[in-house]
Amino acid sequence: MPESIPEGSVGLVEPQSIDFNQTLQLLSGRSLTSFTLVYETYGTLNADHSNAVLICHALSGHHHAAGYHSMDDKKPGWWDSAIGPGKAIDTNRFFVVSLNNLGGCHGSSGPTSIDPKTGQPYGPDFPMVTVQDWVNSQAMLADQLGIEQWAAVVGGSLGGMQALQWSISYPERLRHALVIASAPRLSAQNIGFNEVARQAIMTDESFHNGHYQQQETIPRRGLKLARMIGHITYLSDDSMRQKFGRELRSSKLKFGYEVDFEVESYLRYQGQTFSEAFDANSYLLMTKALDYFDPARECNDDLATALQPAQCKFMLVSFTTDWRFAPERSREIVNALLEARKEVCYLEVDAPQGHDAFLMPIPRYIEAFSAYMNRVANEVCN
Amino acid sequence: MRSDLECIQRWIKPNSRVLDLGCGDGIFLDYLNKDRGVQGYGLEINPQDIAQCVERGVNVIEQDLDKGLHNFSDKSFDTVVMTQALQAVHYPDQILDEMLRVGSECIITFPNFGHWRCRGYLGWRGRMPVSKFMPYTWYNTPNIHFCTFKDFEALCFQKNLHILDRLVVDQTHQGHWLSKFSPNLFGEIAIYHLTR
Repeated sequence: MPESIPEGSVGLVEPQSIDFNQTLQLLSGRSLTSFTLVYETYGTLNADHSNAVLICHALSGHHHAAGYHSMDDKKPGWWDSAIGPGKAIDTNRFFVVSLNNLGGCHGSSGPTSIDPKTGQPYGPDFPMVTVQDWVNSQAMLADQLGIEQWAAVVGGSLGGMQALQWSISYPERLRHALVIASAPRLSAQNIGFNEVARQAIMTDESFHNGHYQQQETIPRRGLKLARMIGHITYLSDDSMRQKFGRELRSSKLKFGYEVDFEVESYLRYQGQTFSEAFDANSYLLMTKALDYFDPARECNDDLATALQPAQCKFMLVSFTTDWRFAPERSREIVNALLEARKEVCYLEVDAPQGHDAFLMPIPRYIEAFSAYMNRVANEVCN
Repeated sequence: MRSDLECIQRWIKPNSRVLDLGCGDGIFLDYLNKDRGVQGYGLEINPQDIAQCVERGVNVIEQDLDKGLHNFSDKSFDTVVMTQALQAVHYPDQILDEMLRVGSECIITFPNFGHWRCRGYLGWRGRMPVSKFMPYTWYNTPNIHFCTFKDFEALCFQKNLHILDRLVVDQTHQGHWLSKFSPNLFGEIAIYHLTR
C-alpha cells in the first residue's frame, strides 16, 4: 500500500472502457459483432495528436500498466518501472495508452464476458484471437481516441510481437516500434511449455471442457500448475539460485511431499495468487495466440519479406539470461530488418534476471530505453 | 570530427549505404547521414558507445566483430568502414574478407607499428611501446594484432586486393613529407581505401 504516491508515478488512475458496435473479422474466420476494450491512459494528448504511445501487454498482463487504482493497492501497474513522469516513457511528454487485449479477463471482451447472442458467458466459445486480431482491435481503439499515428508502439515479450505486427499491418500508423525481449515466432520448446500449461488446465477436473462458470467452479489447480511452469521459464537459473538457493522453509527435511524448499513455497504462492486472478479460458487463448504468431509464415518463412512493408524505425532489446526468448531470437528479427533495409537499433543487455528482466529497472536497459524514447519525443513534440 | 574521419569521408559517396564496424559513439555515421544522406548501420560492443548512438539516432547494432558479419548479405553496402579496430579483432585477415564480401569498397585505418617511435621504443628500450596514442601495456591492451604499413600491404597483395587510395598521417592526422617519403617509418596511422 503506498502511503503516499511515490515520485515518478503517474499517481491514481482509473480504467476506461469503449464499446464497439462494429464487426471485427478475426483471422480464424469467426468474427465479433460487438466488443468492449478496457484501457488506461497516462499523460496528455497534444494538440496535433502526435505524442501517443501504445503499450502492448504480455501473456498475463492487462490495461493497468502504471500508477495505482487506489491508495490500498499493494503494487503499481505492471510496467510502472518504465512509465511515468521522468521515466523512460515520460508521461510529461507522451500520452500513453495501455489496454487489455481481447480475450483477456480484465474487462475487455473475453471468455468471462456475456455473449450478447446467448446472454450467457462466452466461456470456451469465445473465438480464438491472434496477435493480428489484437492489432486490428487496437487500431479501432486508436481511431476512437483520434490517434492517426502512434509516436511509438511498445511491448515486451508477447507485447513485442504486437509491436512487430503493428509495423506490418499498419505501416503508416506508427513512427517507432520497440520490441523488447521478444521473438519472431515461438520455438518448439516455447510451444511445448505452453502445451504443458494448457494440459494442466484442461485436465483439471473442475475444467468441464471450459464450461466451469456454469458449474460455479474454477480449475484453480490447473491454473496454478500452468503458472508455476510459466514462472520458472520467466526466471533464469542464476536468479532463482540467488533468490532461493536451496534454502529450507524450516530447519529440518520433512521426508515427504510437503514444502521443504523456499523455491517450492514461492512457486506455490505465485501459482495460487495467479489462479485467483486469471481466467483459465483466457490463459488457454493467450498461449494459443503466442503459438500462432508467425508473420513470416505467409512469406515462405522469410521474415525479411514479411517485414518489407514496415516504415517505422525499430529498437530491439534482449537480455543475456533470457532463455524463454533468448537474444538469438531478437537477433533473428534484427537480421531480418537489416535484410529488409529498415532502420534498427539493437541492444543486448547483460542482466541476470531472465525473461522478466524487461520489467525491471536495469540501469543500462532503462538508460538506452530512455535515450530512444527521448529521441522519439524530440521528433514528435516540437 | 576526428581528423582521420575527416580524411575518409571524402571517399564515401553521397546517398550511399555504409556499414561502420566498431562505430564508437556514432558521430561519423551521424555526420554521414545528416550531411551526405548516407544510410547506414554501426556495429559496436561498448555499452556507453551504444547508448550514445541510440541518443544520436544512429542505427547501432550490438554485435561482436569477432563473430563475423554472417548476418549481412553479399554486396549489401557500398562502403564498409573500420577505423582503429583492425588491431583489436581476432582475425584481421578474415574481417578484411568479410568487409569486401558485404561491401563493394572498404576503408580501414590502423596504427602503423613500423613507425620510427615504435621501432625506437622496442629497439632501444627492449619493451613494448606505450605512448599517449597507444596508452596500454602489453597485458591489458585491446590491441592484439599490430602490424606495419608494409605488413598490411603484403596482406592486400596476397589477397589480390586493389588499393584505391592510401594515406599515411601522424597522430594529428596531418600528412607530412617524411611520411610520404617513407610511410612505413614515418607514418603513424595508415588509412586505406580498398576494393577487390
